[in-house]
Amino acid sequence: MSKGSRLLLLGVSVLVSIAAVRVLTGAHEIDSPGSLRAALVATCPILLAALGGLWSERAGVVNIGLEGQMLFGTWGAAFFTYYYDPYIGLLGAILCGVFGGLIHAVATVTFGVDHIVSGVALNLIALGATTFLAEAFFADLDSEAGKGGAQQLTGLAKPASITIPGISDAANDIADKHWFVISDVASVVAVLTTRISVVTILVFILLVVTALVLWRTRFGLRLRSCGENPQAAESVGVAVMRHKYIAVLISGGLAGLGGGYLALVSSPGFHTNQTNGRGYIGLAAMIFGNWRPGGILVGSGMFGYTDSLRLRDPGTIHALLLLVAFWLMVFAVWRIVVATRTANAARTDRATIVALAVGSVGFFAWWALTDSVPRDFTSMTPYVATLFVLAFASQRLRMPAADGQVYRKGSAG
Amino acid sequence: MRTTALLRKIAQVVVAPLIALAIALAVTSLVVVLAGNSVSVFFEVMLTPPSQRIWVNIVNQTAMLFLAGMAAAIAFRMNLFNIGIEGQYTLASYSGALVAGMALFPGTLNILAALVVAMAVGAAWAAIAGILKVTRGVSEVISTIMLNSIAITLVGWLLNTYGDQYGQGRRTTPIPESSQLLGLSLGVFDTTTGGVFALSSLALIVGIVFALVINRSRFGFDLRATGGNEAAAVASGVQVKRMIVIAMLMSGGVAGLIWMPDLFGGADYYGTPFQSGLGFTGLAVALLGRNRPLGVAFGALLFAWLSVQANPLGLKADISPSVVQITQGVVVLVVVVVYEVVRRWGAAAEQRALRSTLDGATAGGQA
Repeated sequence: MSKGSRLLLLGVSVLVSIAAVRVLTGAHEIDSPGSLRAALVATCPILLAALGGLWSERAGVVNIGLEGQMLFGTWGAAFFTYYYDPYIGLLGAILCGVFGGLIHAVATVTFGVDHIVSGVALNLIALGATTFLAEAFFADLDSEAGKGGAQQLTGLAKPASITIPGISDAANDIADKHWFVISDVASVVAVLTTRISVVTILVFILLVVTALVLWRTRFGLRLRSCGENPQAAESVGVAVMRHKYIAVLISGGLAGLGGGYLALVSSPGFHTNQTNGRGYIGLAAMIFGNWRPGGILVGSGMFGYTDSLRLRDPGTIHALLLLVAFWLMVFAVWRIVVATRTANAARTDRATIVALAVGSVGFFAWWALTDSVPRDFTSMTPYVATLFVLAFASQRLRMPAADGQVYRKGSAG
Repeated sequence: MRTTALLRKIAQVVVAPLIALAIALAVTSLVVVLAGNSVSVFFEVMLTPPSQRIWVNIVNQTAMLFLAGMAAAIAFRMNLFNIGIEGQYTLASYSGALVAGMALFPGTLNILAALVVAMAVGAAWAAIAGILKVTRGVSEVISTIMLNSIAITLVGWLLNTYGDQYGQGRRTTPIPESSQLLGLSLGVFDTTTGGVFALSSLALIVGIVFALVINRSRFGFDLRATGGNEAAAVASGVQVKRMIVIAMLMSGGVAGLIWMPDLFGGADYYGTPFQSGLGFTGLAVALLGRNRPLGVAFGALLFAWLSVQANPLGLKADISPSVVQITQGVVVLVVVVVYEVVRRWGAAAEQRALRSTLDGATAGGQA
C-alpha cells in the first residue's frame, strides 16, 4: 500500500470512529462546527510556533525561545493594530518575533551560547518586556481603535474572515442533523466555509510553503544540511552561519505571527502573558511530529483540539474517553501485528503493547464508571499525551543529527 | 602562562558578571527611556538604601532564590537541564503545606515531617524526568517542561477539589501555631514586622552540603566527571544512568525546599501567598553563579535586590516593576555570552603561548 492510500485509510477510520462515538454517546458537540472552529483557532498559534521550531531545528538550532518570540508577537500585533490596521498589526507581530529570533541567533550562532540557556533567558526577557511595554504604552489608550489597561488592549480591529454563502448554509444544516459520518464531514466543510479568518488560511499556506521550501529547493537542502552535519556542509561551500541566521529569524517571525494570531484572531485583544506556554506546546508538537511538516500538523491539531476542550461541556470530554480507549486498543493490535510479522518481538515492544492495552482498558473503565471529567484534567491532556508519546515512540523519533550543537565557523576539518 | 590563567579566572569570576550587569542596566535604561520614563528616577528608586524592613525581604528572597539556584546547579553540574524546578517546587510546596496543616505531629516534629514530605515529592516529580531519560531516552528538557504544566494544573485541581474555601479562592488548612516559626532578628533586624525567616537557614545548610558533596565526596567527583566528559567517566566505571537519576532526585529534593521558609515564616498555608516563578528564576541564578555555591549566593542576592527594590517603582516613578525582569533576563544572556567569549579568548591565548613555546624549542634545537 502506498503512503498516500495508507494516510487516506487512517483518515477515514478516524472519521468513522469519531462519528461512531458521537452517535453512540449522543455527545454531538465532539465535532460540531462550533467545536471544530474553536479547535482550528486554537491549533493555528501552536502550528505557527511548531513551524518556527521546525525551521530553526532543521538548521540545527534548538529554539526554546519560541514562547518569548510569540510574546513579542502579541505585543507587536496589538501596538501596530491600534495605530494602523490589523494587517500592519500582523506584520508588526512578525517583526517583533524576528527581533526575538535575532537575539537568539546572535547568542547561539555568533557567540555559541548553549541553545537552551539562551532560550530560557529570552523567555524571561520577553515576559518582562511585554508586561512593561504594555503598561507603558497601552494603559492610557482609549479610542475607537481599542481600549487599553495596565495589562491589556482590547477592542482591536480583526483581520477579515471569509464565508462562502451557499455551501456554508447547506453544510451547517446537514451538520445539525447528526447523521452518521455525513454530518461529521459536513461539519468540517461548514468550518472551512463559514467565517474562516484569512490568517487561518495564511497559516496553512505557510505550512505548505515550509514543506516545499525545506524539502524541494536547493536552499532548503542546504539549510537542512546545516542541521545534520554542518562541518560537511561547510566543506562543500554552504554558508553555514548565514543559513542558521536565516532559519532562526524565520523561526522567530513565524512564532511572532503565532502571537499575533492569538491577539487578533483567537481572542478579543492583547493581554500580558497571553501565550501561556503555547510556545512550549508548539515545541512539543514539533517533536511529536518527528521534525516533519505532516507530523507537525497532526501534533498541533491534537494539542489545539484538547486546548479548545476547556470551552466544551464535561459530557463531551467524557465521551472522548471512549474514543481514546478505542484508539489505544487499535494501536496495541497494530503493534502486535507488526511484532509478529517482523518475528523479533523485542522486550521494549512487548512493554509498549502491554502499556497500550492496559491504558485502553483503563480509559474504558474510566468512561464506564464515571459521568464527567474534571476540566483541569482536560487542560493537562496535551502535556500528558506528549510525555507518553515521548516515552513510547522516542525510538522512532529522529531529530536533525547536529541539532542543539554549537557550531563554530571554520571547524570543518 | 600562569598569569594568563589567573587573569582568565579573575575575568570569569568578577569581571564577566560586572560587564553583564552593566550591559543589562544599559538595556533596561534604554527601555525605560523608550517608554518615556525618567532613568534617573528609576536608578534613584533601585539604589535607595533599603530600610530594615526591606532588607528583611531581600534576605528572605535571597534565601529562597539560593535554594532554587542550588536545585538547578546540582543538575547543571551533571549536564542535566532541570527546567522542571517550577513544577517540582509547586507540587512540593502544596504537599508540604498540606502535611503541615494536618498537624499529625506536635510542633517542631510537624515542621520536620512537612520538610521531608516536600523534599520527597519534589524528588519524586523530578525522578519521572530522570527515569524517562535513562529508560526511554527522552530529553529531560522537554519532559520537565511538560511536567511543569501537569504539576501546576494538578495542584490547581487538588486545591479546588480538596482545599478549604477562603475568601475568593482556596487554600490548604493553615499550619498550627505551634509549627509557626517567628522571624529571627539576627541581632540586627527588628522582628516586629516579621524578621528573617527561620528556615532561611536551610539555604546555608544546603549550600554547605552542596559544596562538601561536590568537592569532597566520591559521588561529587563522579558527578563532575560525568558532567565534564561523559565518555571518559564511563570508561572509568561511572554508572551514568544511576548518576542521572540520583542527580535529578537531589535537584528535585532541594527544589522541594524552596518555598518552605515562607510557609513556616509567614504564609501559614498554600494559596494566595504562594510565590510562583522562583523555579525559572532559579535557573537564571544558577547560570549567573556558574553553579558554585558562593556565585549562586551572589546571583540570588542580586536578583532579590532587583525584585524587592523594584516594588515601589510603580508608586514612586510610575514605572512598571516588571522592567527588572528585563534586567534579570539580559544579565543571564550577557553573562553566558561573556563567559563564552572569555573562554574562547583564554583558549586562544593558551594556544598562542603553546605555539610560541614550541617555536622557541624548535628554534633552540636548530641553533
